[in-house]
This record gives sequence, structure tokens and C-alpha cells, in this order.
Amino acid sequence: MAEKFLEVKNISKSFAGVHALDDVSFEVRKGEIHCLVGENGSGKSTMIKIIAGVYEPDEGEIIISGKSYKRLHPIDTIREGIQIIYQDFSLFPNFTVAENIALNKQLSENRKFFHKKEAQQVARAALESINIKMDLDSLVGTMSVADKQLIAISRALLQDAKLIIMDEPTTALTGREVKSLFKVINDLKARGISTMFVSHKLNEVLEIADRTMVFRNGKKIIDADAKEFDQSKMVYYMTGRKIESDSYDFGDQNKSGTPLLSLNNLSSTGRFKDVSFDLYKQEVIGVTGLLGSGRTELALALFGINPADKGSIQIEGKAVKINNPQDALKHGIGYVPEDRLTEGLFLEHSIGNNIVVSIVNKLLSKIGLIDKNTKQKEIDTWVKDLSIKTDSADNPAKSLSGGNQQRVVLAKWLASNPRMLILNGPTVGVDIGSKSELHEIIKRLAGEGLGVLVMSDDIPELLHICNRILLMRGGKIVDEFQASQITENELAEKLAEG
Amino acid sequence: MKKFLRTNEFYVAVILILLCVFIGIKSPVFFSLQNVFDLLRSSITMGIFAMGTLIVIISGGFDVSFTAIAVSSMYITIKILFAINYEGSFLVALIISALIGLLMGLINASIIGFFRIPTLIATLGTQSLFHGFLLFFIGSKYINNVPDGMLRFSRSNLITTVTPTGAITGLQSGILILVAVVIVVYLLLRFTMIGRNIFAIGGSREAAERSGINVIRTQFFIYGFVGMLAGIGGIIHGAHYKQGNPFDLVGTELNTIAAVVLGGALVTGGRGTVLGTLLGVALVVVMNNSLILIGVPSEWQKVVLGIILIIGTGIPAYQNMQAAKRVKTNLAE
Amino acid sequence: MSDYNNHLDNNDNGNGKNSFQERFNATRFLKIQDWNLMRLFLITVGIFIVMSLLMPTKFPRVLNFQSMGFQMSEIGILGIAMALAMITGGIDLSLNSVANLTGILCSVILTRLAGPNVAEPQVGLAVFLAIVIGLVIGIVCGLLNGFLIAYVGIPAMLATLGSMTLFTGFAFVITKGTGFFGIEAFQKIGNGYVAGIPIPLIIFAAVAVIMIVVMNNSSFGLKLYLLGSNPKASIFSGIDNRKVLLRTYALSGMLAALAGIVILGRTNSANPDYGASYVLQALLIAVLGGVNVNGGFGKILGLVLAVFSLQFLSTGLNMLLFRSPGANFFKMFSWGALIILFMIINVVSERRKQRASIKKPKPA
Repeated sequence: MAEKFLEVKNISKSFAGVHALDDVSFEVRKGEIHCLVGENGSGKSTMIKIIAGVYEPDEGEIIISGKSYKRLHPIDTIREGIQIIYQDFSLFPNFTVAENIALNKQLSENRKFFHKKEAQQVARAALESINIKMDLDSLVGTMSVADKQLIAISRALLQDAKLIIMDEPTTALTGREVKSLFKVINDLKARGISTMFVSHKLNEVLEIADRTMVFRNGKKIIDADAKEFDQSKMVYYMTGRKIESDSYDFGDQNKSGTPLLSLNNLSSTGRFKDVSFDLYKQEVIGVTGLLGSGRTELALALFGINPADKGSIQIEGKAVKINNPQDALKHGIGYVPEDRLTEGLFLEHSIGNNIVVSIVNKLLSKIGLIDKNTKQKEIDTWVKDLSIKTDSADNPAKSLSGGNQQRVVLAKWLASNPRMLILNGPTVGVDIGSKSELHEIIKRLAGEGLGVLVMSDDIPELLHICNRILLMRGGKIVDEFQASQITENELAEKLAEG
Repeated sequence: MKKFLRTNEFYVAVILILLCVFIGIKSPVFFSLQNVFDLLRSSITMGIFAMGTLIVIISGGFDVSFTAIAVSSMYITIKILFAINYEGSFLVALIISALIGLLMGLINASIIGFFRIPTLIATLGTQSLFHGFLLFFIGSKYINNVPDGMLRFSRSNLITTVTPTGAITGLQSGILILVAVVIVVYLLLRFTMIGRNIFAIGGSREAAERSGINVIRTQFFIYGFVGMLAGIGGIIHGAHYKQGNPFDLVGTELNTIAAVVLGGALVTGGRGTVLGTLLGVALVVVMNNSLILIGVPSEWQKVVLGIILIIGTGIPAYQNMQAAKRVKTNLAE
Repeated sequence: MSDYNNHLDNNDNGNGKNSFQERFNATRFLKIQDWNLMRLFLITVGIFIVMSLLMPTKFPRVLNFQSMGFQMSEIGILGIAMALAMITGGIDLSLNSVANLTGILCSVILTRLAGPNVAEPQVGLAVFLAIVIGLVIGIVCGLLNGFLIAYVGIPAMLATLGSMTLFTGFAFVITKGTGFFGIEAFQKIGNGYVAGIPIPLIIFAAVAVIMIVVMNNSSFGLKLYLLGSNPKASIFSGIDNRKVLLRTYALSGMLAALAGIVILGRTNSANPDYGASYVLQALLIAVLGGVNVNGGFGKILGLVLAVFSLQFLSTGLNMLLFRSPGANFFKMFSWGALIILFMIINVVSERRKQRASIKKPKPA
């Protein structure tokens, strides 16, 4: 067994009286791919920040290469050869590729002067070490997510890294890009560099890990050789219970009537092209495809954020124009965005205000002011109907857990009495436990007569809640499946093609 | 993006040249050596202020207190020199004023660095604080002469020439100080790690912190340096006008900010060039001093400046907004 | 359906920690809100008591209250206008220039239509016209700001810096640098009383009451708060951000114009650079009144308290420094110091709160 590089001993950390980490210990060996999994709020990111030196632990010690620290400062961590690649990559959008890659090295060498030529040489060498070619003079702000990831990795390697910690590195990557990332990680391993891979995507963890540990509620639940895990075991450790995912029968699809929504060669220059399909009442259609396939763009067009410029949209047989979200609202279209925290919720504001935001104009009394009773009634209805867990709807939305927050976003749209809902990644970042509950809610809503469009690349989710699945690639719909007639593996293969 | 930046400077240069040619045709006096020297002399103070403002804006901040710092440093320096009856070199005045400016800049830095108060609000506050301090505690009386050293400096010229009317005119030596400041700032931004840090903080403060950049220390450098430049600019201004007017300069910060923004510096931080800023300063100085030559009454100057500022900030803002709407999709055509 | 909900309830018991956190955050949230207003109230009363003790024969006098009532109106209205812009997450640096421009144009209208030898009814008409046109000018100025910010995408700070130059420029063009005057009838309004209460104070009170209702009870107010706290989420909730911003800056411009009209009435003069420190004072009132500089939060009631406390302080300082010619300079110094002090207090108390909560023992 290779020697220890990092040893974390009895680390505890509390915020606002709640234990974020409770007596956690583990070790990372040289050349090891060590995976850390856990639901949101399990303490993963607190652990990363303690190793990074951003947070000071309340108790415990960290031993790196035999040297013990009670608390690390960011510069200690860097000097000890630990590099962290954050979810947002921490790159400078106004710097070129070369400047970004070279900056940390120059900083850690305590340089006083900056030489452009030298930065370029350094950057070129760093990119070559992971076999990547890239224009060194492009501004990073204009580059794709996958490129940014590679820049972040090569920047980390420059620092003579012995351990690279990657926080949810694959959230924005396509299947192919994930494969090449894994190749890079395995190359690093061959060079004796350890990787700590922090993720909630279990299939990826199962594929790459040497060793896996699971955090739940700030405690380490298990830490074992990767061979000892399978998907259901991991889910059990993460949630502390068994999750059953029974599929739901939509019953007879009544497709003879007028479709709820009918798209005819809908196109948006540079975004998607010739999209045609019908959505019926009670139907849940999944729209899938890799990042950049146009699925999010289609959703945004239907909600009027980036209106389509060609083709037609019919709602219950009538041609309509959707030029802005207000049009969408008028036609009974609700949209649950992918990024709940920044696009879906007003975190600092009350749960109640979050629920009524889209219908405030319907809450007015005769004199044109908001009627407090009508408002409260509306809020109470939805808190109850969607079982939103809170003492009071006056609490800020940020006090809720991820699953409950997503219910609030749903409630906002249900309150507007929509005909159809567009759900973009409805369970991204939601605990596995709450996820299945959200799925049940979606199915119930469809059962009650809504039409639902689900934009997602979560294959089990698609198969579980949709009756039809459309596959997008390069802005076009290239294939269509009945959910009951395709397996997870088949769909995964179709998705990764092309 | 790089192209855009280039064109931005290019646009300013084109507008500047067109404006000069237009004014020159309507009023040939514009191209006389005397007028050019006058314009250059008028650019000295604003040019120095603009270099400081550029640094702050690149770092993602905003400073409206530099005029209060400038006038305070200038006035206090003049009072000190008169009090000790110093009649020696201008250099002493320059150093004293720069040090006072530095001190005030460091006060800004502490407020911004330690407490993370939004820079515009912090410097609006210190503008009032510094100027109020000057007027109440130091003095609010107009001083109608300046110490000898400053007087000698204001009369010294690099090149002298005789105008057709027989008057002697020249290029004021203060231009050397401006040139020195410009070179220092250029080298600082281009070739030093502090310059890198300033750009980095303006690009993404969080990423900068994670990379191990000491943001607070960098902010101390930025606001201290800017305060020092304000002190230098202030004393030169005092020397040029041969007076210590405690009500001077404050309220004109907008001219400088306009020049820097017109020169292509991005107010959200992370982008800006010395060359663009110099062009911006030239544009504002020509407008302020020469519109009158082509018959634009002086009271219209502010209107013109306002319109140019709105257009100058509006075009890049609108382009940015449009660019943000263009989402990239891997379209298969 | 109730069966279904029960099913959900049973399933969601796994996380007891959350419900505690919710309660904890909620009480803390409420306390902060109340504490801010309470603190402000205590400061206001405190300043009043100190000033009254220092100058028992001058400060707590009806005459003094009346004179303060005249002074606080304009700055109070400007403070509310500033708060509106700040709640959107922006700032309006052009308020003072709008007030001055409005005052000047009103003065032009009044002197043209209601010169010395004009009959009573026509004077009334002129006054009415001047006020209406003045408010319209404010709205137009505000619409320009709103357009530049919402539709062109210029950051509020820069857009209003630019428009401030423009408006002040127009003011200079109209006056050619000299001061303009009002008319007698208008002066009566600005310096008159109703039941012993100064008319400007009544105007301010009316504005404050209307704005409290607008912000707390209208759909515009709710949308404004929500937009200010997260503009992206408000787009995705179907709020037309651009329209709300446009309206907000128009309203802010209209209030600035109203302040300009009050100034013209009270001082009987209008010039392009009157009240240069008003923007800073308006900002100070907003910050002091608890408006979040990042947008989304701020109560008009807090603003009103802030106006009172500043007016007590200002008048008190004027009286204390009676013999010094530099009372205004000292106030200038104080306003700067106060705004920084309050920003620092906010930051420090926020930090301490976070630290205190970390130290709390683990809940049972």
C-alpha cells in the first residue's frame, strides 16, 4: 500500500450551532483516486474548505506529508502541494488562457514581475502535460465549460500538485468530456498524483474510484475500498434508507383531441432548428440531449426569455406568439429553471412572497392594493398541497432544504393555474430522498391534467417520470422513444452518440 | 473581445482626431503652438488623476474622493510651507502633498479593505469627510499666492516659443511629471505582479482570494497609490493657478471618471488601458477647452459632456447586453 | 389527495435538523428587522434628548420644531427617492440635478405666467401648472435614467452620473449661471402653515404615507423588493424587470422634482448647483434608514426615522456652532463620518452575529 499523503484527524466544525462536520477522520494515499460522496449539506464542501484553509476547524488536526496543522491557511495548502478545483473553476474571465494558467505559479513563487512570454511558455508546457492544445491568447471568459475545466486542471498541475481535489467536476460536462477527464485523472494517478473526487453522481464514482467514503449529516458513514460498493448500497449510505423507484402508469393517453401545445418547425437562429412535436394533457415529455444540444434553449424560447424567430407555436389549437415571460404566463406556461438558487428563488424573501410572486396582480382588492387575506389563503393552500416543511410561510426561502425549495418554485407556478409546466433539470442538486418525492408530485400534477415538459439528462429520472422522450442533438430533435420501450443503458448510449 | 477593446480605443482616437480637425478648420487658432501647449498644460492634472482612477476602476472599485484628497493635500501643503517660510524647491511641496494624499488614500483603503464597504459609498463618504475636515479644521480661506518653489515651478517651461503677438509661451514642465506617472502606471499594470493582482481582483475577487492573492493588501496599495497621485495632481494644480483655493477641484471628479470610462475601462472591473485613458483625457480636455472656439457657449459644455458620457457608456453596455443574450449552442448545420 | 400528502409527510421525517434551522433562522431574521428600527428609534430619541439637554432654551421649542419641519421635507423626499433606486439594487446620483432643473423650469413658468400684475385666479392656475409640469419634468428625467439602466444596460451608477451632468448642463443652459426666483404666491406655499404645521412637512408626511402603502401593499412594491433581491429570479417569475425599473426611476425622478418644487417654494430661488451635498445626505438617510446597499430590502418607516435623527443632529450642530462660520463645513465632515460609521457598524454587527451563532452549543 502506498504511503499516506494527507491525514484528516477528528475534524469538527459547526455553523450557527449546527454541526457541519462531526469528528471526521480519513486519509488519502499517494496516487489514490479517493471519492467523497454525500447529499447536499452532508459536509462535503465544508471538508474541502477546511483542507483549502478557507475555514478553520473547531477541533481536530490535519497532517500533510507528516506535518501536522491545527489550522491551514490557503497558502499552506498550496505550498504542501494540494490544489483545489472548485465547481466554478475560479478562473479570471478577463485573463487569457496563458495568464490564467501561469498566475498561481507566479504567485506562489512570490514573483514581483510579470513576463508575458514566460507565462505563455509555462502555460503551453502545462497544457502539453495533459495533451491538450488550446489558443493561449483567447480570453477565458469566452470559452466553453469543458475548456475551462482543462485550464483549471493544468493550472493545478503546474503547482507541483501532489493532491488535486475536484469539487463536482462533471456537472457541466458532456459524456465525452467526462470520459476525457477520467483519462486525465488516471494519467495523474500513474504519475503518483492523488485525486480527491467529490461528487454526487454515483455512476461516475463507481467508475473512477479506488476508495470511496460517504458523508451524511456531517459524519463519515463509511470509508472502504471502491470494490465494495454498488449503486444501491451507496444510496443507502447516503440517505440512510432504501429508496424505491417504482414507475408510474399514466394510463391511456388520449391523443385524439387537440394537443395542449403544438410546435411546428420552431427555430431560433444559433440555438435550435425545426423543432416539431405535440404535447397533450396529462402527458410528460422528456427532452434530453447533452449540454449545448439546445434543450435549455428550447425551454427558454417556450418561456419567452429568448423567443424563437421561426416556426409556430399553437396552444390548444390557437397560434400564439411568446415574446417574453409575460406572454408565457398569459398562455398558462410555467417554467422551473435549472438553477434554483439564482433563477428560481428569492432566497432572502419569505416563502409566501416566493409563492405569490407570479400572481400578485390577481391578489388585488378593489382599491388596487394587495389583499392580505387572499394572499395568505393562496400561500396556505400551496404550502399544504405540496407539503412544504416550514413553521411559517414568513420564513425566508433560504431556510428550506433543497427539496422543499424546489417545491416552493413549483408552488409559484401551480398558483398561476398553468396549462403546462416546463421543468428544466427539476431535481438537480436535490437529495435523493426528496428527489423521488418530487417525482411523485410531478406525476400527480400530470395526472391532474397538466402537460409537462422535462428537460433533463438524468436518465433514470427521464425513464421514471416521462412517457415519451425526445432526444436533441445539435439543436434538432433526432430521435424519439417511448419510455416503456427503452432501457437505461440504451438511452445512455443514444445520448452519448454523435 | 480583444478586438473589441482595440476598436474601443480606436473609436476614441477617431472621434478625437475628427473633433480636432473640425475645430481646427473652423478655428485655426486651435492648432497654434500656444493652444496646443495650453491644452497639454490643462491635461496634466486630469491626466494624473485619470491614471489613479484607471487603477481603481480596473480593480473593480470606484473612487470619487480623489478630488477632495487633492485639494486637501494641496491646501495643507501650502499652509505648511507658508508656516515654515520655506522657499526652496517645488520637489519638497510635491513630496509633502504626495504624503498627505497617501495618508488619506490609506484611510480609504482601511475602510474599503477591512470592512468591505462598497467603494462608491465609502468614497462618497470620505469625500465629504476629507473636504469637511479641510474646511472646518484646517481652513476655508482662499490663499491668493503660493510659496516660491511652487511659483518657480509654475513658470518653468520645457520649450518656450514666441507667439505672433510677441508673448512668450511654453510647454509647462509639469508635463514631465505626467509622463513619469504614465510610465510608472503603464509598467505597473503591464509588468508587475501587483498589476496582475489588480486585474485579477477586478476580474473575479473570489478567484483572486482562492489563488492566494492578498486582496486587502492589494487594496491598500491601490487606494494608497491613488491618494498619492491625487496629492501630486493637487499640488500641481495649485501651482498652475498660483493659489490655494480650498473649494477647488471638488465636484470635477466626474470629468476624470468620464475620461477613463470613455477610454474603454470597464466599470465592472478587470479591463482598461493606459493608452485608452490618455485618449479619453485628451478628448475631455479638448471638449472642455476648445468647444468655445467653434462657438459652443461654455454653459453647453456640461450638456455635451453628459451626452458623450451617456453615449460612451451606453454603446459598450448595450453591446454587452446583446452579447449576453447570444447563447452558444453546438449547432450542427 | 390528502392520502398522498400523508404519504409525503411520513417520508420526510428523516431530517429533523432542518426544521430547527428554519425556526432558528426565522427568529433571527425577525429580530434583525425589528432591531434595526428599534436601534434607529433609540438613536433618534437619544439625539433629541442630548440636544435638548445641551440647549434647553433653544432646542425643544415649538418654533424650532417648525423650522426643522421646513428643512427636513426636501431632504426627506430625496432620501425616499434614493431609497427606491437603492432597493432595485441601483443608485440615483442625478436626484439633486433633477430637483434643481425642475425648480428652475418652474421658476420660468411662474415668472412668465404670474408676473407682478397678474390677477389672483391666473396666479393659482400658474402655480398649478408649474407644479404639474414640474412633476412631469421629473418623470421624464427619471424615465431617461430608467431607459438607460433597464433598456441600454448601463450600470445605474454610471447612467445617473451621466444624466446628472446632462441635467445640470441643461440647468446651466437655461439660467446661464445666474439664480432664478419664484413668485410670492409660491413662496407662501413653501413657507406656510396649516394648523401650525409647516406645509413642506405635510408634503413630506403625505409622500411618506403614500410610499409606505405603495411599498407594503401594492403589487409594484412587492415586485420592486423581489426584483431588487434577485433580478434573475424575477425574470424567471414572469416579472417584467425592465418595466418595473423604468417605473421605479420615473417615480424616483418625480419625487426629486417634488423636492425641487419644495425647495423653490421655501427658498424662493433656484439655481443649477443648489444643495450639492444633498445626494450624499440622501444616501446617508437611506443607509441609516436600513436600506440594503445591495438591493431588495429597506423600510420607508426606517427612512423617516433617519430623516428625523439627521435633522435633529443638523439643527443641533447649527445651534452649538452658532458662532463658528464653519458650521456647514462641520456638518459636511459629520455626514461623511456618519455614513462611514454606519456602514462599518452594519458590517461589524453582521459579522459578530455570525460569529456568535457559531459559538452557540449544539441544539438538543
